Amino acid sequence: MWSKTNYKIRKFKDRLIISLTVLCVILAIIPLTSILIEVVVRGLPAISIEFLTSPPGVIGQAGGGIANAIQGTLILIGLSSLIGVPLGVLAGVYLAEFGDNPFGRVIRFFNDVLMQMPSIVIGIFVYILVVLALGRFSSLAGAVALSIIMLPIVVKTTEESIRLVPNLIREAALGLGLRRWRVTLSIVVVAAKSGVITGIMLAVARIAGETAPLIMTVLGNQWFVSSLFEPIDAIPLRIWRLALLPYDYAHQQGWGAALVLITIVLVLNVAVKALTRTKFSGRVRV
Amino acid sequence: MQHNDAQLSLNQKKKFVTTFFFLQHLKRSIKGDNLFIVVTAAASSSIIIIMALMIFKIYDGAAPVFERFGVNFLTGLEWNPVEGMEAYGALPYLLGTITTSAIALVVGVPISLGVAIFLAEIAPSSIRAPLSYIIELLAAVPSVIYGLWGVFVFRFWVRDLIEKPLSTYLGFVPIFSGTPYGLSILSGGLILSIMIIPTVSAVCREVLLSVPATQRDAAYSLGATRWEAIRIGVLSYARAGIIGAIILGLGRAVGETMAVTMVIGNAIGPSALPTSLLKAGQTMASLIANEFNEADPVSLHPSALIGVGFILLLSALLINVAAQILIYRVRMKGVVE
Repeated sequence: MWSKTNYKIRKFKDRLIISLTVLCVILAIIPLTSILIEVVVRGLPAISIEFLTSPPGVIGQAGGGIANAIQGTLILIGLSSLIGVPLGVLAGVYLAEFGDNPFGRVIRFFNDVLMQMPSIVIGIFVYILVVLALGRFSSLAGAVALSIIMLPIVVKTTEESIRLVPNLIREAALGLGLRRWRVTLSIVVVAAKSGVITGIMLAVARIAGETAPLIMTVLGNQWFVSSLFEPIDAIPLRIWRLALLPYDYAHQQGWGAALVLITIVLVLNVAVKALTRTKFSGRVRV
Repeated sequence: MQHNDAQLSLNQKKKFVTTFFFLQHLKRSIKGDNLFIVVTAAASSSIIIIMALMIFKIYDGAAPVFERFGVNFLTGLEWNPVEGMEAYGALPYLLGTITTSAIALVVGVPISLGVAIFLAEIAPSSIRAPLSYIIELLAAVPSVIYGLWGVFVFRFWVRDLIEKPLSTYLGFVPIFSGTPYGLSILSGGLILSIMIIPTVSAVCREVLLSVPATQRDAAYSLGATRWEAIRIGVLSYARAGIIGAIILGLGRAVGETMAVTMVIGNAIGPSALPTSLLKAGQTMASLIANEFNEADPVSLHPSALIGVGFILLLSALLINVAAQILIYRVRMKGVVE
């Protein structure tokens, strides 16, 4: 008798907790759904040819766009990839191929720590290192900050994907008499190519949306830029400034800019997903 | 030459020849493999150089304000950049960061754990992968878009669904006093709780999946229900990893800037003390984001903001080193078993 009610209580508890976990999943998905819906619904009316091709108009008057912010984001992504990708891939190669020693373990540890470093702290660091040294805000400073954010992501994904390359391939290449560096660069890295590219794309998606470090490195700009040594605009920075303005048109433009940004970021993420899928089929072939 | 040769002993000659060939060999290998290893090792040491330089430079930048205010910088309440009346005390913002992060953990961790348990233990395999991917996408949304959504959408949810009932029915409790406005410490904490869900749940799910199936089978064979098997067999086994995941989430919450900056209301000075959840507050990161561009380079203001950044750097360093050590230990355990 007693044990029967006890069993009922346990059964009930089981059901309750399992429905609670389902509730948790629903709670976790609500914000994402709401963000996507709001960004599309409120951002779409703002999108026009003018919005995408002209710089911001006079503050307080409707009109103008985010073209210079798009230019800025593209320049910043390009420049920081130029710094972050080679450095990150080389470091990842070291960790995967030669890194089974105390030095490698220390690097791996600090790489994980750097990956979790608040981006605003990196912004302050680059402000001191580059902005104060050059005496001005510049796209160069922004690129340095973003490349520091990008570096650990590229290192980690490069290392992980190179580790997936079977040793057989290395041995076969070494057996042909190739030198180690040649084997690594032309055989192993090429075999791990899609994983490395995936990591780079993830890193780009991450830095495309970074705002905090840009505040103290690139400052923002109302106009297009033609030099790397002047303040530059970026989409996330523009969203922030627009959201702070007390005008309805500015808020609408903010949502429009958010739609552009989230499209870039999500396209990169979905592309990564597609790439990883082909990578898996590729691995079977290998 | 021949004269010299005659003077060298056989031993010396041998030595000379071996040295010569050794150098030749070294030259060739430096050209190839060793050079390659040196270059890649140099690239990896950039990570340590960046970390070291970051700590040094930020400390250096904050030194003027540390020298001038000493411990008062940590315990002071006033924040005044006006020339002649300069005072910088970071306590309200330190407490603001602690409060918002605590809210984020209290709300975000149970949800993340629920998500992780569902994805790792309960979900049918057909929806497991797509659902995990959707949760991961939460992490891909840029912080500033959370902020935008926070200011124009989420703020009103918080105000109408949480703050209004709280202030109506529990307004007499000091921490729930104040006018429901939606731009508050509570909003900042709650938006952080959303932002840590993907991090915490992804790591937890990984940890749960690494628990050997025998743990579950043993619990089932003793007659456990599904939840009991998860609680006894899986959760207790994975405890260290889950704690690591929570600390990682804490690290994210402490450093998160833009979204919090946009919804927390940005109070300054003693009024930024988090005495009530419904009040406007300020975190260390939001203070830096708000004031950095307005700081007069001649005054101590930039140095004070860099000082706040240094506290943030130290906390992030401490939190993440702890999290990494815990997660590493779990991984080691996984390797051994």
